[in-house]
Amino acid sequence: MTDSPIPLKRTPLYDLHVELGGRMVPYAGYEMPVQYPAGILKEHLQTRAAASLFDVSHMGQTWLDGADAIAVMEELTAADLKALAPGEQRYTQLLNAQGGIFDDLIITRPADGGDRLYMVVNAARKAEDYALIREHAAGRAELRPLEDHALLAIQGPQAVAAVAALFGDAVRTQSFMTQHGGVWNGVACLVSRSGYTGEDGFEISVPAAAAADLARALLAAPGCGPAGLGARDSLRLEAGLCLYGQDIDAGTTPVEAGLVWSIGKRRRQEGGFPGADVIMAQLRDGPARRRVGLLPEGRVPARSGAAILDSDGTEIGMVTSGGFGPSLEAPVAMGYVPAALAAPGSAVQLAVRDKRIPAKVVKMPLVPQNYYRG
Amino acid sequence: MSIPANLKYAEDHEWVRVEGDNAVIGITDFAQNQLGDIVFVELPEPGTEVAPGKAVGSIESVKAVNELFCPLSGTVTEVNTELENSPQSLNSDPYEAGWIFKIRLGKPAELDGLMDADAYGDFTANG
Repeated sequence: MTDSPIPLKRTPLYDLHVELGGRMVPYAGYEMPVQYPAGILKEHLQTRAAASLFDVSHMGQTWLDGADAIAVMEELTAADLKALAPGEQRYTQLLNAQGGIFDDLIITRPADGGDRLYMVVNAARKAEDYALIREHAAGRAELRPLEDHALLAIQGPQAVAAVAALFGDAVRTQSFMTQHGGVWNGVACLVSRSGYTGEDGFEISVPAAAAADLARALLAAPGCGPAGLGARDSLRLEAGLCLYGQDIDAGTTPVEAGLVWSIGKRRRQEGGFPGADVIMAQLRDGPARRRVGLLPEGRVPARSGAAILDSDGTEIGMVTSGGFGPSLEAPVAMGYVPAALAAPGSAVQLAVRDKRIPAKVVKMPLVPQNYYRG
Repeated sequence: MSIPANLKYAEDHEWVRVEGDNAVIGITDFAQNQLGDIVFVELPEPGTEVAPGKAVGSIESVKAVNELFCPLSGTVTEVNTELENSPQSLNSDPYEAGWIFKIRLGKPAELDGLMDADAYGDFTANG
């Protein structure tokens, strides 16, 4: 229920969500399922034990057409896109002049080697991202959002069997962070081995008209059940993955956020991206603060916005994401602390309501990663 | 949605089971369904004075924390410490194993202001 004057948008799977008993909530301007009757805990655990299907059609899928597409995107991000082989994908961030993050996204060079890029951006930043890229690309490359495609994410150890049953056994050996065209039931799809849970899995771009049928076919696979945004959040939190607007934003650099691995080596040397002076200085001298994992003692979750205190009770940072980790059966959080307290094992306190909960800094991910490594 | 006939109900979705001068209090099946999976319950301390509208503890689900209110005046006599290790009882068995706390009634007349099962059924159907 919402009093918003602008009606919420619906993805091509809306009717299916309702049929499956999805509890629909507003999210980034869409009506999305936060959970199904199984509930968030079960949907989360099902993902790590078997497979879950998520509707992520609210996210922005777009082409950037033109031989200069790579050059354009290298001017907005610090990724090494020139080195992308056909079908390869990179996780990266659109940067601002202060080295802060405008949005995070995945950029793919199509498997057919054509002069364009395929990109997926966050739902909440879609309009802003498209405006930024369009303005920057004007005259050199053309942004062509896919308005009529759904995006399905199937994640978990049994995801590959489900996808292979529909798209063929070649997907079993498809490398992590690559995308290939696939055909199911005569429908041309884009199939990438990627996700936001820390598990093996695939994300499938499918024409809207076939989306519900594909979703049903995937759900028919052994062990596969639907999962909503609630489980998506608890899964990515345990996996140490950032949520734009909470863990990363215009005021955080990729260095502070622990995303240096996504900065191309050549880019570190050459610069040529927004905020390069700030970022290169942080790479050289270390950032003043770092994003870290946090494990509170006891059972009370510390949520986004909770203050992080040192052992004297002085406020030193903030929890940016937090909640209950069903795989850990314990509360988990992430936030920013001064570099001196960022070493795993550092003792801090988290201010939750009127309490100070002892917590320790831990490495992320907080659960083992299960990406396919061949 | 389960609404046992022998209980009384508050608009905040607590149930009350009257036992002489005392009352046992928990949250309804409707409430646990709305909250989703419960991961933590902050219980009141025995001896605490309670009154309508005053938060006595909290119930934390995966997504959010919600204050727990007492619909009646009185003094907390006993709390369900099992919930410390099994908060999910609130979801699976809200009226029995999921009881939260007991009070000695301070103003028994307040019971007349609570809903019976039929009224609560209407309330949750239309709310």
